[in-house]
Amino acid sequence: MKYSLGDRVMSVTIHALLALLAFVTFYPFWNALVISFNSGFDTSLGGVTFWPRAFTLENYDIVFQDSRITNAFFVSILRTVVGTFLSIVFTAVFAYGMTKRELYGRKVYMIIGLVTLYFSGGLIPSYMLIREIGLTNSFWVMVIPGIISVWNMIIFRTFFQGLPVGLEESAKIDGCGDWGTLFRIVLPLSGPVIATLSLFTAIYHWNDWFTPSIYITSEKWLPIQTMLKQILNANIMTEQMAQLDSAAQNAMDQMKNVTTKSLSMATMMVATLPIVCVYPFVQKYFVKGVLIGSMKE
Amino acid sequence: MVVPAILFILIFSYIPMYGTLMAFQDYNIFKGFWESPWVGFKHFEMFFHSPDFWLVMRNTVVISLLKLLIGFPAPILLALMLNEVRKMAFKRIVQTISYLPHFMSWVIVAGFTMSMLSTDNGSINILLQKVNLIDEPVNWLSTTEYFWGILISANVWKEIGFASIIYLAAISGVNPDMYEAASIDGAGKLKQMYLITIPAIMPVVIIFLILAIGNLLSAGFEDILLLATNPALREVSDVLDTYVYRVGIKSSRFSYATAVGLYKAIISIGLLTAANLIARRTGNSLW
Repeated sequence: MKYSLGDRVMSVTIHALLALLAFVTFYPFWNALVISFNSGFDTSLGGVTFWPRAFTLENYDIVFQDSRITNAFFVSILRTVVGTFLSIVFTAVFAYGMTKRELYGRKVYMIIGLVTLYFSGGLIPSYMLIREIGLTNSFWVMVIPGIISVWNMIIFRTFFQGLPVGLEESAKIDGCGDWGTLFRIVLPLSGPVIATLSLFTAIYHWNDWFTPSIYITSEKWLPIQTMLKQILNANIMTEQMAQLDSAAQNAMDQMKNVTTKSLSMATMMVATLPIVCVYPFVQKYFVKGVLIGSMKE
Repeated sequence: MVVPAILFILIFSYIPMYGTLMAFQDYNIFKGFWESPWVGFKHFEMFFHSPDFWLVMRNTVVISLLKLLIGFPAPILLALMLNEVRKMAFKRIVQTISYLPHFMSWVIVAGFTMSMLSTDNGSINILLQKVNLIDEPVNWLSTTEYFWGILISANVWKEIGFASIIYLAAISGVNPDMYEAASIDGAGKLKQMYLITIPAIMPVVIIFLILAIGNLLSAGFEDILLLATNPALREVSDVLDTYVYRVGIKSSRFSYATAVGLYKAIISIGLLTAANLIARRTGNSLW
């Protein structure tokens, strides 16, 4: 097929714009990575953009020696694993129950669930509730309130309903109860949907910083994102103070090779690390997952 | 099997709904919900008469309209552009990179933004100085004029790629014969995009537009909370949700904040219902 001049101009423009977009998206990440591997003092001299100029692992060394940060990292991992596992199990059980036509009051339960997608009590009443039942300052505040996702329930249910009816019947005949059928027949056949929903739930748990920031005050249970937020805020404070008194700041910087900026970049990289690690493997799932999630009933 | 789930939903979603009644009380932490005195619409009136009201409403409406105006068409444009790329490798690289920020927390994205805009050798300041647009580093995140632009840019940066997935899927559903027929009739690529691709994805666009209208009062929360750390930005950054957070949780004015939250919820329900009514007219009802 022949392309006209107009088509070729358009094609070149589009390729250039897309390349620019990819660069603009990637650069902040790359720059932060570079700064995290650059000596803090050297970074403060300016001009560190694409490559580390004074390569060092010192920033990471200090980050990993900081017990608050390593502790927060493990809290995040624990929260992600426990939170995702419990949420997926409880939601799947809920969804499986909702596929049963003989379930008494099924319509009512569905309405109860659907209403929560549109209405909520809002931040303050939820906050008061959590305080009143004494969940504050515990690990479980990050797991229990959001354990049931009505969206995920609907997606699970749609998937379960698509499974062949005969399978369940033969399981029943072989003596499986409801629980046995769910855990031994239905769930093992639901690999793709479990993978997708687990991925989204896990990312939510890994990234959520707000819940712990209002409910948890003791450092013991602060996850890494919340910790990072505090570090970044402290960083901004120093930057704003530095503007008032840049001479004092310079003197401070020269005393050590590590600056608040290089440290916060290293912490940011640590907090993103798990996502970057799993990203290549899960990419094919989430594209499908978005499409499942967008389907209406 | 559904009992535990329903219990969780009742406790964590319905009790707070009931708890909104706090907005009509002078809630006292020591007396609790049952003993606190009822005061009718006092807190609503207080909010409507306070100088904060107009500021917060203006910011909420302006920020969400800007997000709608720029953030909504951006992924559609990206999907249209990606659709024109024939080299699969290039397409895949661009997509992979553009999806990535969606999976990062707002804390990280705000960290990147601050690092890019920092006066302490932020890349934006370096670049602008190199091309001689500015003489000395600008303190972007402390200046009220720039805040909306920064906020919208960060949002587009984070979500453009991921939001484009759905439009790409819609585009891939278009029958290739149509393009062939059009090109035989002499339509160039631009004309094909305009006459075939865009009309084909219109139903999806309309559904998402309607959904966005229903959320018009949710101008943002995490992004604003994390980017507007400088109190000097409050006059351009405070929206309904951040205001509720600030007066409610930071200053412990529980009843007042609940009233503001309830006000937002009621208008949102109105918007959502109206949006759905429009949707029904166009044959794309949400429920």
